[in-house]
Amino acid sequence: MSTELTFSQIEKYAGVKTAAAGGRADILATMKTAGMRGRGGAGFPVSVKWNLAAAATGPDKFIVCNADEGEPGTFKDRLILSEYADIVFDGMTIAAIAVGAAKGILYLRGEYVYLLNDLEAVLARRREDGMLGQNAAGREGFDFDIDIRMGSGAYVCGEETALIESLEGNRGEPRNRPPFPVDTGYRGRPTVVNNVETLAWAACIFAKGAEWFNGLGTEKSVGLKLLSISGDCANPGVYEFPLGVSIADVLTAVGAENSKAVQVGGASGLCIPACQFDRKIAFEDVATGGSVIVFGADRDMLDVVDNFMEFFVEESCGQCTPCREGNEKLLEGVQMLAAGKCSMKYLKELCSLGKTMQVASKCGLGQSSPNAFLSVVEHFSDEILGRTEGSNA
Amino acid sequence: MTDNINDSDRAPKAQRGQVIDKPDGVDAIGAQITITIDDNEIKVPMGTTILEAAKTAGIHIPTLCHHEDLCVAGVCRVCVVEVEGQRALQASCAYPITSPLNIKTHTPQVRRARRHVIDLLLSKHYGECYACFRNNNCELQSLAKEYGVDFFRFGHPEKPMFEKDHSSYSVVRDMNKCVLCRRCVRTCIDLQEVGVLEAANRSNETTIETFQDRPLGDVVCINCGQCINRCPTGALTANDPTDEVWAAIDDPKKHVTLQTAPSPRAGIGECFGLEPGTPMTFEMNTAVRQCGFDKVFDTNFTADLTIIEEGTELLLRLYKALVEKDETVALPQFTSCSPGWVKFIEHFYPEMLPNMSSAKSPQQMFGALIKTFYAEHHGIDPADIVSVALMPCSAKKFECNRPEMTDSGYKDVDYGLTTRELAKMISEAGIHLPDMPKGDFDAPFGEATGSGVIFGATGGVMEAALRTVIELVCGVKVEDLFEHANILPIRGFEGARMVELPIENVGPVPAVLQSLVPSWDWLKGATLKVGVCHGTANAKKVLDDIKAGGAFSECHFIEFMACPGGCLGGGGQPIPTTPEIRQARAKAIYAEDEAYGIRKSHENPVVWELYEKFLTDGPCGHISHKLLHTTYTARGKYL
Ligand SMILES: Cc1cc2nc3c(=O)[nH]c(=O)nc-3n(C[C@H](O)[C@H](O)[C@H](O)COP(=O)(O)O)c2cc1C
Ligand code: SF4
Ligand code: SF4
Ligand code: SF4
Ligand code: SF4
Ligand code: FES
Repeated sequence: MSTELTFSQIEKYAGVKTAAAGGRADILATMKTAGMRGRGGAGFPVSVKWNLAAAATGPDKFIVCNADEGEPGTFKDRLILSEYADIVFDGMTIAAIAVGAAKGILYLRGEYVYLLNDLEAVLARRREDGMLGQNAAGREGFDFDIDIRMGSGAYVCGEETALIESLEGNRGEPRNRPPFPVDTGYRGRPTVVNNVETLAWAACIFAKGAEWFNGLGTEKSVGLKLLSISGDCANPGVYEFPLGVSIADVLTAVGAENSKAVQVGGASGLCIPACQFDRKIAFEDVATGGSVIVFGADRDMLDVVDNFMEFFVEESCGQCTPCREGNEKLLEGVQMLAAGKCSMKYLKELCSLGKTMQVASKCGLGQSSPNAFLSVVEHFSDEILGRTEGSNA
Repeated sequence: MTDNINDSDRAPKAQRGQVIDKPDGVDAIGAQITITIDDNEIKVPMGTTILEAAKTAGIHIPTLCHHEDLCVAGVCRVCVVEVEGQRALQASCAYPITSPLNIKTHTPQVRRARRHVIDLLLSKHYGECYACFRNNNCELQSLAKEYGVDFFRFGHPEKPMFEKDHSSYSVVRDMNKCVLCRRCVRTCIDLQEVGVLEAANRSNETTIETFQDRPLGDVVCINCGQCINRCPTGALTANDPTDEVWAAIDDPKKHVTLQTAPSPRAGIGECFGLEPGTPMTFEMNTAVRQCGFDKVFDTNFTADLTIIEEGTELLLRLYKALVEKDETVALPQFTSCSPGWVKFIEHFYPEMLPNMSSAKSPQQMFGALIKTFYAEHHGIDPADIVSVALMPCSAKKFECNRPEMTDSGYKDVDYGLTTRELAKMISEAGIHLPDMPKGDFDAPFGEATGSGVIFGATGGVMEAALRTVIELVCGVKVEDLFEHANILPIRGFEGARMVELPIENVGPVPAVLQSLVPSWDWLKGATLKVGVCHGTANAKKVLDDIKAGGAFSECHFIEFMACPGGCLGGGGQPIPTTPEIRQARAKAIYAEDEAYGIRKSHENPVVWELYEKFLTDGPCGHISHKLLHTTYTARGKYL
């Protein structure tokens, strides 16, 4: 189930037409006014990213739409692509005009291959309508087209530099940053990587105006956000909220009662206990790429972390030490806790290791993989330590 | 020497680190940026990494996956530092400075992270230092010491997880000791363009594998051992024959000879704590005798012989091509003394094998002579001779086991020892090498020239060849053209280089060559073009250039060395290896050359004696062809 999304009110091509009429400088100025931050999770200001890529010299710049959507509990990008693909392509086209790119790539999660035919059909129609190809959107000399490339199935390939490696036909492993993709991206050229939702909102911003967008949300987190809500609730689905919405309000909307905790931001996100349900979903408080998983009173929080840690042990690319080895240690720790065999001393060592992983891992995966472990240890120590009684004096 | 990083195309690109580019649009390359590092303000050029900057400020940051010869990986995370304004720590080896930064290199958070990285690595590291070839020479061990590891915070494996791979004649792999720094992977791809090693699987199942996880002996490895020299741990070692060599020494019936190549002398001191570039030639002779070898010979002797044979072959090719207009003659001629290079061309450019000189390497020429000429003249049954070669090289171990290397009727060379292995034998014998009195080489193969010595450095073979060709063809002294007979334009460490030498005048043809060429007149006014390259990644560039009809296709003669720096940087040399260490070894080699009374191969009297008494039909004659020349196998991707 889902709420009525703003996207349904947006005419296809509308955003591109406004943007194309204005031109590069206008687009960048509008995005600056809109003040949107990326919807993929990291929340990097979109106008800054576009400006950096626009400032880079040389031809061959790329716009990559990140539709890898691998974070457990997210499915909002899938919904957008199946129902509002045109708006996403509008957003890519606008970004291309802004930075001077001639090529767009939609990096589609492997499991979404069933969307491929429809998406290709949309692209074909856009070519016929003059929205892609030579002098696209009626702009002299703007030869922009979009390719679809299938993802390889690895979660880490959603990380922008691993995604680029994967596009180049390599092992999907994150790169060292800096240099960033806006400077040295796909094939070494300046590349903008944006989330599906980010690009869709960009199209809305040009259709409805920057002021409309920045009038919503909080001061630091403007605009609307889609949340994929799953877990122990009556009405899971994709919902649209202004940023700054409280967790309690979200829970009410989805019909979740007696919730014990909410995992915001997927496996790599934070686990928020009931006593903190007044916290806001916003970049300045609890940030999320869109995943919200509700845990009811009966959930075993150790099971929850066990699942997440297994996920990370599965998904780490394995190049850097803290993540490759650290996740395994944390998973072992969870299993020791479950068996009542983890001493307080060792648990402390593991928490300290988790903090190291957050700062010393090479990419966002390893930097966020200990989050769930650390927040469960912090907020549910009674529940998880209960099992150590007797076995550790 | 890392100029070859970014355009190798044989190996999977993903296995390469990312090269750090200066940011686009900044035309301030070379511009200075002021940074603060542990409260020291310093100025560094744009694009300098934090690690390099710290070094210039005299601040030590520990590293593991970083290596000066290789592109950036940034995977071990032991070099992390705090950069003000950034939430996460940054890998200093991978962070190019493009704006003023405030850096702290040893905050509590940094120290904790480093300790954790070491603890995590040790939790997967199966090995006992006292039973490890890298004991006291291991970067993981040093890190553990530096960070005061006194217990295994996250456990320690109790049994091995991988079987050792002994399949290769040259390299032994023990993945139980691997820390996944990927230096070997980058070496094999970036420096050598071979690419038989790659990271396979993901997460905690990541391993370094060969193609299809086959034994190393069954893949297209060229045995160069460059990966051994860059492995921080004991995961990669050379195939060590010292037990067999000791057994031969201890067997009174056996006559054990050791021939010693020029590069080990320039390096072996490093195994005894001496500064790189401290030559130990004559101390080593004494030590070797004390170990129990019956004779110690100088491989430089057959280096001189190689020059005569290979030089004659070149002149014959040129004569056929230029005078007899024989279009089937393959030019440029390629040198053939580096067995890693030989295997490289056999695998990857088999169609160019006709360009290879048929001359054996000095090691194998020597082996063939010891069990024939030497045995005969000293009344020793060749079956009782155990011929050992001290080489800077791991590929020599493969070379001496090639089935075609039995022209003496026996295995021409029985064992190849690396510099590291001989150092171990010397230590085992209770000898501290630097304290040894000096001793000479044994006759009859003790006489050598400076030209033989410089075989150890990239460009050395070519310089030696030019010294001889200039004198034999032009009838002038090398000294008339180049001060002190040092042909400086051919020296240096540039990956691939070319030199042109106009032949203005020609002299008379020396007696030994008169049966082959009547006169040199056809060379008058010609320009001899020669090339030099080292590291097989550069070899690939040169070969591709030749195929494309580029500048190198106009060369007459090209020296190829598999290892960066030439033999002095060989896979059997002391570890570590860096550009500075290789430069220091090169300096020692060129100094030794200058110290020789005779500097030119063709002036080695014993070489001519050998032609008189034994190789009686002269250079490139039948006898020499049987003993001193060989053939190659077009392997392609097969073994
Ligand atoms: C492990 C990992 C997985 C990621 N997966 C995705 C993903 O599936 N989709 C996505 O849009 N961003 C993902 N990201 C974030 C991207 O790296 C990048 O920040 C984002 O695509 C930028 O787009 P935005 O600025 O529009 O949010 C992931 C990051 C990490 C570290
Ligand atoms: S943090 Fe994990 S996923 Fe990211 S680079 Fe390191 S090992 Fe790979
Ligand atoms: S590789 Fe290093 S740490 Fe490991 S056993 Fe050998 S010396 Fe010790
Ligand atoms: S010996 Fe040389 S070719 Fe073989 S794996 Fe090592 S670096 Fe590669
Ligand atoms: S074998 Fe050695 S060089 Fe290669 S990854 Fe392992 S530790 Fe590093
Ligand atoms: S030395 Fe910098 S990450 Fe390994």
